[in-house]
Amino acid sequence: MQINKSFLKVQNLSKSYNSNSAPVFEGINFEIQKGEFICIIGHSGCGKTTILNVLAGLEKATSGYAFMMEREINGPGLERGVVFQGHALMPWMTVLENVCFAVKSKYPDWTKAQIEEQANKFLALVGLSGANKKKPSELSGGMKQRVGIARAFAIEPQMLLLDEPFGALDALTRGVIQDELLKICKETNQTVFMITHDVDEAILLSDRIMLMSNGPNAKIAEIVVNTLPKNRQRATLHHEAKYYPVRNHLVDFLVNRSKQLQAEAAQGKVLTNYEPLVVYPGLEESTIN
Amino acid sequence: MKSLSTKTKGSLLSIFIFIFCLFLWHIATVPKTSKAPTSASSNSAEYNALMSGNSMDGGQKSGFPTLTQMGTTFYEKLSHPFYDNGPNDKGIGIQLLFSLGRVGLGFSLAMLIALPLGFLIGMSPLIYQALNPFIQILKPISPLAWMPIALYTIKDSSISAVFVIFICSIWPMLINTAFGVANVRREWLNVAKTLEVNPFRKAFLVILPAAAPTILTGMRISMGIAWLVIVAAEMLVGGTGIGYFLWNEWNNLSLSSVIFAITLIGTVGMLLDTLFGQLQKMVSYAD
Repeated sequence: MQINKSFLKVQNLSKSYNSNSAPVFEGINFEIQKGEFICIIGHSGCGKTTILNVLAGLEKATSGYAFMMEREINGPGLERGVVFQGHALMPWMTVLENVCFAVKSKYPDWTKAQIEEQANKFLALVGLSGANKKKPSELSGGMKQRVGIARAFAIEPQMLLLDEPFGALDALTRGVIQDELLKICKETNQTVFMITHDVDEAILLSDRIMLMSNGPNAKIAEIVVNTLPKNRQRATLHHEAKYYPVRNHLVDFLVNRSKQLQAEAAQGKVLTNYEPLVVYPGLEESTIN
Repeated sequence: MKSLSTKTKGSLLSIFIFIFCLFLWHIATVPKTSKAPTSASSNSAEYNALMSGNSMDGGQKSGFPTLTQMGTTFYEKLSHPFYDNGPNDKGIGIQLLFSLGRVGLGFSLAMLIALPLGFLIGMSPLIYQALNPFIQILKPISPLAWMPIALYTIKDSSISAVFVIFICSIWPMLINTAFGVANVRREWLNVAKTLEVNPFRKAFLVILPAAAPTILTGMRISMGIAWLVIVAAEMLVGGTGIGYFLWNEWNNLSLSSVIFAITLIGTVGMLLDTLFGQLQKMVSYAD
């Protein structure tokens, strides 16, 4: 059994904002292994961000547990780095100061020089060495988001939580940063949990894609294993043989089945210990339960 | 003229308006043979009666000073600002320093209390709920209404004036600090949380800079009110200060000195406001 060995484990998580209305999501169960890149996709209001916030320790679930490295997640912690939806940089600090603020929080005993060296290293990694002394307001949206990523990486977290980090970016910038993110994650064998709305982004980046049905009563309906080769590139992604099977599966789910599943769930199907379907689109044994 | 910026044009227009007002003043106060002034409101008629009855030295008919008299007053007062000939005859510089000292002292004391307390109120909804009724009741009280109580308890008129400044400048600072602290953007607090920043660093490196523009706005409003109130307070308590000077000159029936004092109060008030405007600029951030 690898249950106790998985890096991150979520058990029967549910969240309701008041006691007499239906829960936003319920019966959420999944596991993440070290070094995996997981994307979670679902329509707005299904509670993706809430799940991420629970993993980050910023919000409490109504019931259920989340464990990381066999310890329950009870609050925010430096072993988890978060990249927020709206970059969340402090506008009164320069780019370097923003990253140094995080580094100093993680390594309070370091000297100023050590802290700056670490910050500069990660700013260079996202290609922002030249913008050290600038204030966030002088940067473009893409650059701000990169600083946010550098800040999260600079504390060398065990796990990275990304809440729709590229949602506000244009397609070109998004592609460039996706490549950078993929490169850094490979280099550092980073475990990542990422929310996205972009199906192609999920196919490019992730090892597994979690599909959520609509809220309320949302659940993780399916876990799609990415059957594309590991060395996939953004430029040639759409030429991969498995690209369309995976993509069609994801889009079909979002367009049709996420609604049906919600209707079923609302009728009161038992959801405790619900295990999502694991699917391998494009492979012969199309569904393995 | 087309190449001039709006700012330059505005300045030129300001100068023109100023000169025009001076011109009107001159027309209105130019010495006449007839007894009645050109614009005979009931008030100025009374002044006029008073002036012509009592002051025989000046040959002027209208009680209101002419531009020449004003110029002489400005020159005299400003050329020796720091002389001291006893309690009722001090240079305008000394009087101003007294007023500024009181405002500075009262304002600083208010700051010492309002900023930490505002921080606390902003951070804790409980304390906000508990203190809000008191603040709401105390805030609208005219600061001068505290004067009798201050005089009775403190028994020192000068310290009472400082107390009145303290009590009038505390509210805008307190309320703005609390508001600024309570409305620090959630995402910045979340960043601090996920980084496990200790409360002390969080207060000084995240909340304080985030709330600083709002806090400075409160301080600017407070300083404006304090400068308004000090004149009235000094008229009441007497002794020293620009307010006392103004009242004293009124008792001397020296309207030119009164007008001089008014101009000075306005100028200093503007300078104080500009100073806080600059401070505000320093702490504000573009988002």
